[in-house]
Amino acid sequence: MKRLKALLLTGVLAMSMVFGGCTNGGGSTGGDTAPAGGTSSGGTIKVGVVNNPPSESGYREANVKDMEAVFSKENGYDLKTAYSLKNDDQLQAAQGFITEGVDYLLISAAETTGWDEVLKSAKEAGIKVYLFDRMIDVDESLYEAAVVSDMSAEGKTAVDWLLAQNLPEYKVIHIQGAMGSDAQIGRTAALDEQFASGKMTKVIQQTATWDEAEAKNIVESVINSGDDFNVIYAENDGMAKGAVAALDEHGITHGVDGKVIVMGFDCNKWALRELLAKQWNYDGQCSPFQAQIISDLIQGKTTASSKKIINEEKGFDAKNITQADIDTYGLGE
Amino acid sequence: MKEKFMKFRKGGLGQLTIPLIAIAILILFNLIRDPGFFSIEITHNNDGNAVLAGNLISVINGASELAVLAIGMTLVTAACGGQDISVGAAAAIAGSAFVKVLKSGPSISGGTVLLAFLCACIVAMLFAAFNGVLVAVFKIQPMIATLILYTCGRSIAYWINGGATPTVDSPIIRAIGRFIPGVPLPTPVLIVAGVTILFMLIFHFTSLELFTQSVGINGSAARLNGINDTFIKLLSFIILGFCVAVAGCIGVSRLELINHETLLLDVEMDAILAVAIGGNNLGGGKFKISGSIIGAYVIQILTTTLYAMKVSSTDVKAYKAVVIVLLVVIGSPVIKAKFAKLMARGRSSKQRVSMKGAK
Repeated sequence: MKRLKALLLTGVLAMSMVFGGCTNGGGSTGGDTAPAGGTSSGGTIKVGVVNNPPSESGYREANVKDMEAVFSKENGYDLKTAYSLKNDDQLQAAQGFITEGVDYLLISAAETTGWDEVLKSAKEAGIKVYLFDRMIDVDESLYEAAVVSDMSAEGKTAVDWLLAQNLPEYKVIHIQGAMGSDAQIGRTAALDEQFASGKMTKVIQQTATWDEAEAKNIVESVINSGDDFNVIYAENDGMAKGAVAALDEHGITHGVDGKVIVMGFDCNKWALRELLAKQWNYDGQCSPFQAQIISDLIQGKTTASSKKIINEEKGFDAKNITQADIDTYGLGE
Repeated sequence: MKEKFMKFRKGGLGQLTIPLIAIAILILFNLIRDPGFFSIEITHNNDGNAVLAGNLISVINGASELAVLAIGMTLVTAACGGQDISVGAAAAIAGSAFVKVLKSGPSISGGTVLLAFLCACIVAMLFAAFNGVLVAVFKIQPMIATLILYTCGRSIAYWINGGATPTVDSPIIRAIGRFIPGVPLPTPVLIVAGVTILFMLIFHFTSLELFTQSVGINGSAARLNGINDTFIKLLSFIILGFCVAVAGCIGVSRLELINHETLLLDVEMDAILAVAIGGNNLGGGKFKISGSIIGAYVIQILTTTLYAMKVSSTDVKAYKAVVIVLLVVIGSPVIKAKFAKLMARGRSSKQRVSMKGAK
């Protein structure tokens, strides 16, 4: 009996430690680098970043790394971060940063709604708010600027590149991402315009919901049906790789000097290496690098001409990509 | 021999009747729709090998992962009277482990691949054993027990390799996922054949089939007869774990890349369907592995046919559902009993007619 009690007690103790740890960690994960002086002094700028967790995607991983690199101690910043996929957690974390008294609050929100109260209290506390990557449904006066990607510009850059190739005819296999996602809508719109104008022919337009194997099946079915095509426009790198696997198995050449032009998006490092090897032709990027722009704005090096700053989107061409490009702009490993 | 012949004449390949008829109908439909659908031609792939290509090859190649999973799923279904819905997530974990080991060394040799596959097997079997313990020891319903891994499996897979989608660049992996130089058939097809033969041998030389069936039909009766039903149930999950590892490694090798979010996405439902289409009782008991394998090919022919008809991939699932509902309803005991009655009545009336004629 005594032993049982002792066991129970230790159990409760352990539980309380675990849960205690959780509540501590919930507020500001990664905020373990406490400022040396306790308050912001000696020119360090306190920045609180509310973001989605790096596990969300390769994009987010690069985004988080970029934030950590730019807002580093060496650059005169004291960075606190909070990551969650849930809007409620994010709101709580933002409120925590405000109470703590950061100088700047950077937000990439999980949802576009529910941020009014928090941003108002930030304004009252004199904290300047920057939005990055994603917009929030609030009055423009509540934030300094929003640095975002324009998905339709990204699609347009890619399609403009394709038009500049001056092919005698365009027979396109279009593999879409998950229907309704921002990336899919932006990347599809530009190409749809070309289909509508008749400049390009749609061999097939199917969604593979970002699934590589599905993309391979789609291309395989076109090859088996005997339809002719000379462009594969896949809305991310993985699906482009799936499509290329189908081409390889059926002995259809691709890339620079190949029969089929292969286009992907996201600029994973491995995809850019395919470009460098001239196996693919083009890779478009939705840039995850907003930190430098925001840092320049904070330090007054640049001024925002409008509240919405469109991050410049890069697109890489197999003909002129370099190893340096891969090292600088590639995502992942 | 005579008995077998009689059974055959009575309209009976037994439970294989319906899946075989389904395949026949699908093939007939495709032949009418497009006679060139089943043409197979020899092409040279980009590695310079002469290989077979065509819709038929796409079907048997594309169904590989599903066929392997269906084998394991049949055993779990038979022994436990329930299904494992975590096979897709578990395959993502196994695939991630496979890639992790492959990428740990400086270069990829045959030994590394073997080691990586063994690691994937161990990892998948451990997770399967976790499911198995919940089901066999704690008597939790299989679907609920495996719901846990179904929910968190892909997150676990994320921890192994991080958020990026690592690629593996190796001629050996390429050979496993696509074609071995000099062999015109896709390697995944050969792997399925290998796994099938392995299971046939196991069933031939051990009592696994009998034990599994008796545990599935009546666990306590089996126990009274000296069969350890807990062990048999656990074993069925571990065997499924092996199948999961094989399927995961095929999936990774095919694309030379692991994406923990999309690898074998939604495959658990297809695997369960393959078992159902194969005429196996989803409540456990008697089973036929061959039925499930044929079921897997039925699903793949259906998918390939719909793609060939340029049905939008968002609609494919809906069309698939319609056909599958038909198959499962036709195969249901109620319809079967009605049909048997009808046949019997037809036969007896015929007999009466002939008797009258005799008078």
